[in-house]
This record gives sequence, structure tokens and C-alpha cells, in this order.
Amino acid sequence: MSTTLNPSLRRAQAGTTEPAWVRYSLIGVALTFMFFFLVLPLAAVFTEALRKGFDAYWVALQEPDAWSAIYLTFVTALIAVPLNLVFGVAAAWAIAKYEFTGKAFLTTLVDLPFSVSPVVAGLIYVLMFGAQGWFGPWLQAHDIKIVFAVPGIVLATVFVTFPFIARELIPLMQAQGNDEEQAAIVLGATGWQTFWYVTLPNIKWGLIYGVILCNARAMGEFGAVSVVSGHIRGQTNTMPLHVEILYNEYQSVAAFAVASLLALLALVTLAIKSVVEWRHARELKATAELPQEMPSA
Amino acid sequence: MALFSLARSHKAARVLPGFNITLGFTLTYLSLIVLIPLSALVFKTFTLTWPQFWEAVTGPRVMASYKLTFGASLIAALVNVVFGLLVAWVLVRYNFFGKKVVDALVDLPFALPTAVAGISLTALLAGNGWVGQYLEPWGIQLAFNPNGVVIALIFIGLPFVVRTVQPVLEDAEKELEEAATCLGATRWQTFSRVIFPSIAPALLTGFAMAFARAIGEYGSVIFIAGNMPMVSEITPLIIIGKLEQYDYAGATAVAVVMLVISFVLLLVINALQAWQRRHTGAPA
Repeated sequence: MSTTLNPSLRRAQAGTTEPAWVRYSLIGVALTFMFFFLVLPLAAVFTEALRKGFDAYWVALQEPDAWSAIYLTFVTALIAVPLNLVFGVAAAWAIAKYEFTGKAFLTTLVDLPFSVSPVVAGLIYVLMFGAQGWFGPWLQAHDIKIVFAVPGIVLATVFVTFPFIARELIPLMQAQGNDEEQAAIVLGATGWQTFWYVTLPNIKWGLIYGVILCNARAMGEFGAVSVVSGHIRGQTNTMPLHVEILYNEYQSVAAFAVASLLALLALVTLAIKSVVEWRHARELKATAELPQEMPSA
Repeated sequence: MALFSLARSHKAARVLPGFNITLGFTLTYLSLIVLIPLSALVFKTFTLTWPQFWEAVTGPRVMASYKLTFGASLIAALVNVVFGLLVAWVLVRYNFFGKKVVDALVDLPFALPTAVAGISLTALLAGNGWVGQYLEPWGIQLAFNPNGVVIALIFIGLPFVVRTVQPVLEDAEKELEEAATCLGATRWQTFSRVIFPSIAPALLTGFAMAFARAIGEYGSVIFIAGNMPMVSEITPLIIIGKLEQYDYAGATAVAVVMLVISFVLLLVINALQAWQRRHTGAPA
């Protein structure tokens, strides 16, 4: 029976897939490409870091300059990510929940920092707060340092990570519509309760997703931060800048040791991101399989 | 301001609270972080006369950097279109061992700091690197010249194409392909006449996003490029170079040119995405 079915079954499948040799060669080419462009660079970071053994790696990571770079990187991310989180939620609420003129233009402006070169992003803050800049004389008179100091680094980081969370949330909240929130308001909930108990649970996966990507970029930003930092060792060096300095001083093991921490961060980011995606997909599937309570109109 | 007043006319119809406060906060924050600093860039260029501006943005070294930046970005984005489509296709259509890991790995260029990618690619492709040592005897040099720029930009741009094409391929209706086969199309005809037209808008969007990102890229490129003036110096590096010589006006002039280009590209990408949504029939 099966022997007679097989040829027709195979012919039916042949319409929507390729012959086995095509499939395997396409998979082969794609995996080879990914091996050379993604796996090898990642592996190279760790092997270069451990080139002179674990002891040298360990010594490189215990340098006080490396520690102050790690510290500054975390402080920067700790300020920039919450700021953009609040902005992302507010912008998504305004854009997704209401209709108003100029909405499309506003959405484009929110995306703008993504397409601005990081170097230009750094430059604009130098032009604002640098010695030659708009507020330069006033800041100097009051002895406040923004550019070539920590506040400038934070500002530049906020700029380059500006759209991450808003961008995740806007399409998500648009797709979910207003029905549940309106029901909550009609039932007497305050605006804050509605957000906290109705909207937030619905957007939590998108929120986590946005925060993770925002954090990865905040900790890894190089170009913009490099323009505003002034590269003062132990003071205004973030981890990526420290990597550059060590690399240019031919301290290859030390440079790759700090880089390996950033690569680990990237791997953790990818892992969390994948888990979030899988859990979100599972939840969507679970709700899709629920029996409908009422036939929709 | 026009946004506010026009917004108010709709107010009566709103049930959900928080419109004024969220939109107000959004506009204030957007102005402080993005719009006012960007306008500083534009105002700074007004300190230059037109001939000065023209000289700053068309000097021979700057022109060479445009050629390199646009040429390398274009090649890298085209390579990414081909391989991005291939990776997306393989991930959506076929099953193989380790697929989930490969899928997660596609986002590595988004997550890996660009400086790390830069030094790592350089270490691989330098004459004594894992890959470079096999290429050197053949006279192929991929690091410290324009080839290196292209390679770094391929790395940076890959996820853009994969991640825009992948969902469209996932949503593609198998029935159409079955119909094509029933009507006697070969598999290649089905791909080129049925599947490809449906993913073309997404592919073009991915191309534009990878291209836009590549033009502004700095961190990964400067390590591998060698940064020789007139040969392997990208435009963002020209800005840094002018800044280091305290030529703020000159740096600003080149930055304005880049800003205008990225703004145009942003509008093009938005238009492409709108086209894509109409094409697939999804709600805007």
C-alpha cells in the first residue's frame, strides 16, 4: 500500500519543497557562511583572550583601569536604560492608543537615532556642551563638565539607544488595541491601575525584549561614546573604549580579555532573547488554542 | 506645537486617560535628547560661508571617503541580500540539527559590541590570523584595506536582511505554491514567479536597512580598515579626524551631509515598509 502511495506523495511534496540535494546544499552554504562570519569571530575573541593561558587572562581582568571601565559601563547602562524605558512606554502609549495628526511623522522621528551615524551622535553633544558649544561658556563659568566626562557618555548612550524600547512596544500595543483598557476604565479602574494590571501584563515580553537589546547596545556603544569621552584612562573609559586603547597599545591579550566580557554579555543577551521569544510564542499558542468564549461579530 | 492643538480637537472621543501626559513627555524628551542637539549641528554649519562649506564637504580626501563608504556599504548590503535570503530561507523551510541555535546566532551582530567585532575580525583576517594565513600565500589580503571594510559591514548588516525576510517567508501561503505546481510550474518557476515577488518588498527593506546602518558604521570598521587616507578611510573617520584637529566647523559640515543622507534613507525605508504592509495586506 505504502509503496504505491509513495510516488504520488513524493510528487505532491515536490511542489512545495526542493529535491534533497538542493536542500542539503542550501543548508550547507548558509551554515558555511554563518560559520565564517559569525562563529569564527566569536570564537576568535575567546581564543585570543586565552592565548597566553588563564593566568594572563586573569591578570588582565584585575587591572584597576579595566575595573573602572567595567564600573563606568554599568553605571551608564543603569542610567540610560531606565530613562529610555520610561520614554518607550510613554511614547508607545501615546502613539498606539490614540489617533492624532502627525503621528506617522512622530514615529519617524522616534526612529531617527537609529539611522544617525554614532559619530554624528557624539558630535552633536560636543557642539552643545563642548568648550566651543552653545552652553560651553556657561558650563565653564559654573565649572560643570559634560563633554569629556561621564554626563556626556551617558547622554550619547541615551541617544543611540533611544528608539529600542519604543520600537518594540509600538507595534505590539497597536496590535493589541484598546478594548481591554477601555473595559477596565468602564469598570472603574484608574488610568494607573489600567496600565499596571491590564496593559503591562500584555506587553511584558516585548518590554523585556526591548530592555535586553537596549542594554546590550548601551554597554557596547563605541562610536558615539568615543567622540564625547576624551579617553581619560580610569575615568571616562567604558569597556569598548578600554578595548580600543589596549588594542592600539598592542596589549592583545588584555584587549581580548576585556572584549571577552563583552562577548559574554552578547551571548547572555542572545540567550535571554531566545528564551523570551520561545515563551512568548508558547503563550500565544496557548491562548490561540483556548476555546472562544463568544463568536466574534 | 501644531501637534498639540490638532490633537486636542479629537479629545472628546478619548476614553483612555493619559494622552496629554504621555504625548507631552514624549515630545519633551524627544526634543531634549534628539531634536535640539541635531539642530545644533545644522546651526553650526551656518557659521560657514557657502564656499567654505563646499570646500569642507568636497575635499579630495572627503570625496575618496564617500566613494569608499558608499561603495563598500553597497557591496556589503548586496552580499547580505543574497546570503540573508539564503539564511532566512533555510531557517524557515528546512529542518536541521541545531536550527534554534543558528537562529539565535543570527542576532549576534546586534548584540556584540562593534569594537569587539572589529578587533576579532582583524585578528582572523590579518596575515597571521586563522583565516588570513591561508589567504596570504594566494596574495589575497582582506585586512587593512577596503576589503576589510566590506567584510566588517557584511557582519554588521546580516541580521537586518534575515530578520525582515524571515517573518514574511513564515507567513507565505503554501497554497499558492501548490497551485503553481498544479498548473505545471517547475520549482524554480514557482520560486521566481510566486515566492520571490511576495518577499521582494521585505528583501528591499532589509537591503535599505543594512545599507543605512553600514554608511554610519564606525566601531567595527576602523580596526580592520587600516585607515589610510584616500584609500581606506571611511567618512565617519573623516569627522573624527577633523574633530581631533579642532576643525569643528569642517567636522560639522561633513556630519550634516551624512545626516541628510541618513534622513533620506530613513524616509525611503519608511516608504518601503508601508509598501510592504500594503503588499502583504497587514494592517498599517
